[in-house]
Amino acid sequence: MRTKVILGLGAVALPLLLRNLYVIMFLVPDEMEQGPIYRIFFYHLPAFLVAAVGYLTAMVASVMYLVKKDQKYDAIAVAATETALAFAAVNLVTGMIWGRIIWGIWWAWDPRLTWALISWLVYFGYLMLRSAIDDPTERAKNSAVLSIFGSASVAVTWKAIEWWRTQHPGPVLSIRTGGVQKIDPMMENMIYVNFLALLLLGVIFMLVRLRQEEAQREIDALRRYAHAMN
Amino acid sequence: MTMLRHAAAIAAKDLRSEFRTKESINSTLSFSVVILLLFSFAFDPSPDMIAEFGGGLLWMVFAFAGALIVNRSFARELPNDCIDVLVASPASGASLFLGKAVACFVLLFGIECICLPVFGIFYNITWWRSLWALLGVLALGTWALACVGTFFSALTVNLRLRELMLPMLLYPMLIPALLSVMMLTNTLLTGQALPPDFSVWLRLLVGFNIMFTTLSVYLAETILVR
Repeated sequence: MRTKVILGLGAVALPLLLRNLYVIMFLVPDEMEQGPIYRIFFYHLPAFLVAAVGYLTAMVASVMYLVKKDQKYDAIAVAATETALAFAAVNLVTGMIWGRIIWGIWWAWDPRLTWALISWLVYFGYLMLRSAIDDPTERAKNSAVLSIFGSASVAVTWKAIEWWRTQHPGPVLSIRTGGVQKIDPMMENMIYVNFLALLLLGVIFMLVRLRQEEAQREIDALRRYAHAMN
Repeated sequence: MTMLRHAAAIAAKDLRSEFRTKESINSTLSFSVVILLLFSFAFDPSPDMIAEFGGGLLWMVFAFAGALIVNRSFARELPNDCIDVLVASPASGASLFLGKAVACFVLLFGIECICLPVFGIFYNITWWRSLWALLGVLALGTWALACVGTFFSALTVNLRLRELMLPMLLYPMLIPALLSVMMLTNTLLTGQALPPDFSVWLRLLVGFNIMFTTLSVYLAETILVR
């Protein structure tokens, strides 16, 4: 059943991604001040949003694990975190490429950039912590707690732009500016459509990773059973 | 009330044990002085440069020293399975955590109070111009370090590579607090006029402390009970 869901999502995501690539490259006009490089923004912001959805999913799954003590939620949390880290890396790298062209530097210690990196490091620490614990229950419990702490850090990332003065461009989506249109509606719609495409891709990655995680747990359980029988 | 009484008993136990052996105090103090010394080789400590990032240097020393202190917080309970006895005692996980965090806070704050004059002598700073405000900011920053550090010490106490994992998890999580406290200390240390964004950093530091203290107290039981 899950294979069919993955294939179905892939059948929707692939044409959408190709269509978006075509529209972004050939139909959307250049930005007045930045020129063609602004197109990277159609991947930069949606990648961050998908990463944020992944972090949020991981946090909810971690809370659910602590409440229900069901390993299924731990598997969802780790799959969501790994997927979110991949998209957060896309966000950071595309931001750096944009910064090199527009600011003339690869990296600025601007609050929002710094916080995006901190969030990435926090969740990378989550994966490191998991790899250092052998006992499955202990690993699930400790990493669930760390994920909740990490989500507090990500929440601050999200709000950082309002708290500090920054050289990072301010919010441009009308849902974040209180309805004020800061970019062309066509560009804004393209961001939402590409967010949908990347979100579908993220869900596919997560489901594939979840299946791997469940298979790994089954193998570990069989290994423990075989060990106990000997 | 019982929780606070238990926490006070655990803090007193940790402090008594530390003052008898002095293993963390001596090593952390000498480590802090060595780092202060090493900074003088990394750059020319001119008055202008110190005015610009003296607070940052000082907090780097405190953050490194803090990792040493908090690392020992739960690790000292490992021999003879003392940690299992503490968890099985009537004290709740939250009071156990709070007691240990308070003990770390007292130790770290004491070390900071010794390092501050040494820093002033080495780098020629009249650091006492806003003494009470500076001590208040140091206390807030130290609580952030002690609270999150003690929680992560509990989280990593049974891990292989505990000494490596603790700073790797702790420092990224602490950056908002360290950033705020560095900005505030920098201003207060050199007696500069308070910048307009001073209250933003102060609010961030206080908010961080409230948020992470609440989370730590709430989740301590989950972490400690196996």
